[in-house]
Amino acid sequence: MEDISTLWYFGLTPSTFALTYFTALVVASCVAAFYNHRQPFMMIFSLTLVSIIVGIIGGVHALWVIALIAFIIAMAAMVSYAFREFLILIASTELAKELRTAPLTAAFGMFVIFVYAIAGIFAPWIAPHGEAEVITSAFAPADANMLLGADQLGRDMFSRLIYGTRNSVGLALTATLLAFFMGAFAGLLAATKGGWLDNLLARFADVIMSIPSLIFALLMLSIFGPSMPVIIIAVSIIYAPRVFRLTRAVAGNVVVMDYIEAAKLRGEGTGYLIRREILPNSTAPLIAEFGLEFCFVFLLVAGLSFLGLGIQPPTADWGSMVRENATLISFGEITPLIPAAAIALLTVGVNFVVDWMLHRSSGLKE
Amino acid sequence: MNDKKKKDVLLKIRNLKIQGYTDETWIDIIKGVDLTLHRGEVMGLIGESGAGKSTIGAAAMGYARDGTRISEDSSIEFDGMELMTATESERRGLRGKRIAYVAQSAAASFNPAHKIIDQHTEAPLQYRLKKRMEAQEDAVDLYNRLRLPNPEEIGFRYPHQVSGGQLQRAMTAMAMSCRPDLIIFDEPTTALDVTTQIEVLAAIRDIVDQFDTAALYITHDLAVVAQMADTIKVLLKGEEVEQATTKEMLANPKEEYTKSLWAVRSFKSPQRTREGRECLISVKNVDASYASGPKILDDVSFDIYEGMTVAVVGESGSGKSTAARVITGLLPPQKGEVLFKGDPFPVDYRNRNKEQLRQCQMIYQSADTALNPKVRISEIIGRPAKFYSGLTGAALKRRVDELLDLIELEPSKYYNRYPAELSGGQKQRIGIARALAAEPSFIVCDEVTSALDQLVAEGILRLLDRLQDELNLAYMFITHDLATVRSIADEVVVMQHGKVVEQGPKDEMFRPPHHPYTDLLLSSVPEMDADWLTTLLEERGLENLGEAASKKIDPGDKKVMPSDA
Repeated sequence: MEDISTLWYFGLTPSTFALTYFTALVVASCVAAFYNHRQPFMMIFSLTLVSIIVGIIGGVHALWVIALIAFIIAMAAMVSYAFREFLILIASTELAKELRTAPLTAAFGMFVIFVYAIAGIFAPWIAPHGEAEVITSAFAPADANMLLGADQLGRDMFSRLIYGTRNSVGLALTATLLAFFMGAFAGLLAATKGGWLDNLLARFADVIMSIPSLIFALLMLSIFGPSMPVIIIAVSIIYAPRVFRLTRAVAGNVVVMDYIEAAKLRGEGTGYLIRREILPNSTAPLIAEFGLEFCFVFLLVAGLSFLGLGIQPPTADWGSMVRENATLISFGEITPLIPAAAIALLTVGVNFVVDWMLHRSSGLKE
Repeated sequence: MNDKKKKDVLLKIRNLKIQGYTDETWIDIIKGVDLTLHRGEVMGLIGESGAGKSTIGAAAMGYARDGTRISEDSSIEFDGMELMTATESERRGLRGKRIAYVAQSAAASFNPAHKIIDQHTEAPLQYRLKKRMEAQEDAVDLYNRLRLPNPEEIGFRYPHQVSGGQLQRAMTAMAMSCRPDLIIFDEPTTALDVTTQIEVLAAIRDIVDQFDTAALYITHDLAVVAQMADTIKVLLKGEEVEQATTKEMLANPKEEYTKSLWAVRSFKSPQRTREGRECLISVKNVDASYASGPKILDDVSFDIYEGMTVAVVGESGSGKSTAARVITGLLPPQKGEVLFKGDPFPVDYRNRNKEQLRQCQMIYQSADTALNPKVRISEIIGRPAKFYSGLTGAALKRRVDELLDLIELEPSKYYNRYPAELSGGQKQRIGIARALAAEPSFIVCDEVTSALDQLVAEGILRLLDRLQDELNLAYMFITHDLATVRSIADEVVVMQHGKVVEQGPKDEMFRPPHHPYTDLLLSSVPEMDADWLTTLLEERGLENLGEAASKKIDPGDKKVMPSDA
């Protein structure tokens, strides 16, 4: 694959670029065909054919766009592939066996999560400027010092994006974990105990679910004021009933198994039943659900911030960053879209991983 | 039977190799099997599970399940047409129309959302063989021939409104709907009670005869295949062991493996008597039901003495397992009580103390659901030892090793495995070890061998018998298989409709006079004689067999000599 950025750096003329591009494609497809790799060959050669048509219609600029897109996808695929191989090598044999079944999309998702985690954990070392540090004039354009320009107060956009990872993702993660802890525990208890406790918990969950989630969050935040603990608790209360219902359904299928009966007849307590017998057999759908819920929580928190009720300034947060810089949209700048893109990328990445896990948990019959 | 040899060849399979994809390589499951089936011939395929019987059955339709493939150099010729080179649509044209399939579980194979007759007429309509009304008339005719009760009406019911045996017959009728040349029966009676099985067997045999259909009859039950097949092919691990006509095969099997299959029921534990033994469990006048439903147990009483095996026999729904649930305390009875060594046992297991819980353990029918798939063998067995005896560390490990030795599994090899990494028989052994780990005096065995192959089942029975002598255990052995009763029981309790119809020592129970229900059960067990079914039908007539007969019998009936029935 031809590296397109050289077009600008090495001063390739449009015709040389087109020539190099097509040569690279044709050579690559021939190599693929020669070594009998059907799928890569089909992909590369269809790209060649599409490029010819687009090149004729749209000229060399359209060709450049298509080449750039192909290059980005190819890079993402290669990075995912390498990342998966890397994970397989460092993981234990059992985990490696599982990882081998992961499609490239899942590997891509894992890579995205990995990058976000690194950005979040090492934010102060990665970010060139402070979170709330005003360094230049409002809406200053990007330069060598500021990768993405400045926001409405003259703070470095890139640094705030990095710090935002920590705040937004950290908040969503905590809230989801709390929701899971509450929901899963109640669900397991309801499934194991049954009877009136089951009914009571289920009705309680119904009551919470009957309140529209955004309204409930707004209400809680207006009453107790928008602080981190309030956001976390409000959001986890909103999402716990969903986890409860899933866990109860999953555990309901497990508690009817003979080994649970055997454990009950042995005289085991509820704690042991839940911990050792039921939980290990319901983790797969719960993990998948965790990924999904995490995305929802993330979007809800971002939404709250966008409305001004979430994380309060000057703390950097992707949702509020979109709102603060929203005026730039009318000037044709994409700056406010960057935090939005960061949210989108994480959501997509997490969902890729979740899809793989869902596929595994539904396909595996042990 | 013999003139069938002269008929045309219908199905000719040569060098059939089927491969399965595991651990990133293709492994041969079927290793080059040849099979020739003539028109109107019934061939029995027998072998243990994993022998590749069902896989060959599917291959006869040119079909390979997901994750398997038929190797290129195999040849499957159906009526002159090579299925290996045929296109998918050509093969699809055969299925249902010229080759039909009857699955093991009719209940799982019928679509619960449609009426039976609508599913029946689907194939003839699809292939435009008949108009809907014609097809329905034909269905009623087939139901008649298969002696389904109410043939006019039964097709218009939904699958769940029909009993298991009737459903299996309806499925056979469905397979017949296009008058296929070949039907593949994949264990059609395995999931049924003996009394029901006999009806289905008679019906299948009749209809196959009437339409001169060829059939592949897949089963692991030798006595069944002896009734059904003209020729028998024995399979082992994807390879053919031998093939011969049924009579010849029964009379003098050649290969060692076949002989071992034939000899399987030779095991018989010596009869123990009550003398000098203490009464361990005593069930007294128990009535029980689930929630407010109908009575499942009605005035049930029986005793279990220490070190003895009491077999509880009956059809499904007769209340055998419910009786076990009452004893274990899972289902508190409405009336009556359970005594343990003369003292009343708390009716609910939650009210029993550790010592009482320890005394009474359970082994389940399906080891797949009885063992937690996410827990290692060492913990499955170790947990009761730790829980009851408080063993930890090295002592616990020693105990687990001891238990694994006891069930004849190599401790070092199995200690760290998960249940999924064991075979069916090994899993059942782990189930036994878990029960033994509690050091009980009484074990409920709920259909422990019915999900296992005969050879494996015999191994389990021998193991249980040996353990009984070594550890002085009492067993309550719930089963519907009278052959199992013969081999292991000391005393027998026969149950019907929640009542005990007859009980006593084994020797007496297998000697007339019998209660009519016991007689029915006994007479319904297939024997290793090719003419058994024919003789039985001649002697008794169909209305005195199976479900119909079972309904006529009342638990209060007097004992009869077999000749009176």
